[in-house]
Amino acid sequence: MDLIAQLEAEQIQALGKDIPDFKAGDTVRVGYKVTEGNRTRVQNFEGVCISRNGGNGIGASFTVRKISFGEGVERVFPLYSTNIEKIEVVRRGKVRRSKLYYLRSRRGKSARIAEQTNYKPMAGAEA
Amino acid sequence: MLRSGVIAKKLGMTRLFMEDGRQVPVTVLQLDGCQVVAQRTPEKDGYAAVQLGAGTAKAKRVSKAMRGHFAVANVAPKRKLAEFRVDPENLIPVGAEISADHYLPGQYVDVSGISIGKGFAGAMKRHNFGGLRASHGVSISHRSHGSTGQCQDPGRVFKGKKMAGHMGAVRVTTQNLQVVRTDPERGLIMVKGSVPGSKGGWVTIRDAVKKPFPENAAVPAALKASAEAAADAEVAAEAEKKDGDQ
Repeated sequence: MDLIAQLEAEQIQALGKDIPDFKAGDTVRVGYKVTEGNRTRVQNFEGVCISRNGGNGIGASFTVRKISFGEGVERVFPLYSTNIEKIEVVRRGKVRRSKLYYLRSRRGKSARIAEQTNYKPMAGAEA
Repeated sequence: MLRSGVIAKKLGMTRLFMEDGRQVPVTVLQLDGCQVVAQRTPEKDGYAAVQLGAGTAKAKRVSKAMRGHFAVANVAPKRKLAEFRVDPENLIPVGAEISADHYLPGQYVDVSGISIGKGFAGAMKRHNFGGLRASHGVSISHRSHGSTGQCQDPGRVFKGKKMAGHMGAVRVTTQNLQVVRTDPERGLIMVKGSVPGSKGGWVTIRDAVKKPFPENAAVPAALKASAEAAADAEVAAEAEKKDGDQ
């Protein structure tokens, strides 16, 4: 392992984040810390994860899409951001590709994702 | 307050997540046996400087002359050598090894290195020219630089005209980079932002010339304890030798 990879692994360990096992198609609720003046509160952003980028490395990110007041909203979160309070998987989706960008051009019924009923955690991943 | 810089190896870039939610892009620089190889003194050379060496070179691939130079200093052959001008009172004893806490988190540094070579590059890439239009009669020369001057008067192209040519592989200094973190055990210095050169390339780090000198910085240098002791012993031995000679 080169030193950069080692540093990144150490940082992931030091951050001590509990990242659930989730993938594109899953509905996730992200608790994101918002600072207003000198008060911080946690804002939930719930939607479909349409892409995961960068694996499990320190530079990894994921995109969450939701329809807010009839308008599609997408947010990209760094996976290990210290601003993320928690990531919660609400629903496991059954999809056949890793990037669900096709959802952007769909509305309503056709933008639904079937639920995966026989979900098994990946070997080595904790829930 | 001119003190020595250091020679470091660029390992690559990563990001740090801070407690307050900030993400900081950093370049990781490593001190790889950064030792003083020679001193330049005002009495002997007319100026004060330290010559540092870093990395390890195979002894059989080092020229005989350089082997002698390293032998005089009693240090292992180094891959990279560089001189740093210092104030005469900030000279560091030969053989001393500089440690990564030479720089303090939060202070600013200037980093110099040899930029990545781009080969023969066109005017658009090399000088950010706009190129010619995609249509309206332009043929073949969409990425050309266009006109290079006037007419019969002056009848020549001015010197220094920006044109296509060799780009990169020159010495570049990036000023005012902030030191984010240091790791003296592994000899790592993390500076915010990018640094010239490729991964594995050698760079020199100095205190920023355009920022105030940090108050509690180690002067003349933060040295590794063992190296420091060895250097002291060496200096003592040298002094004894000199005494003996006299």
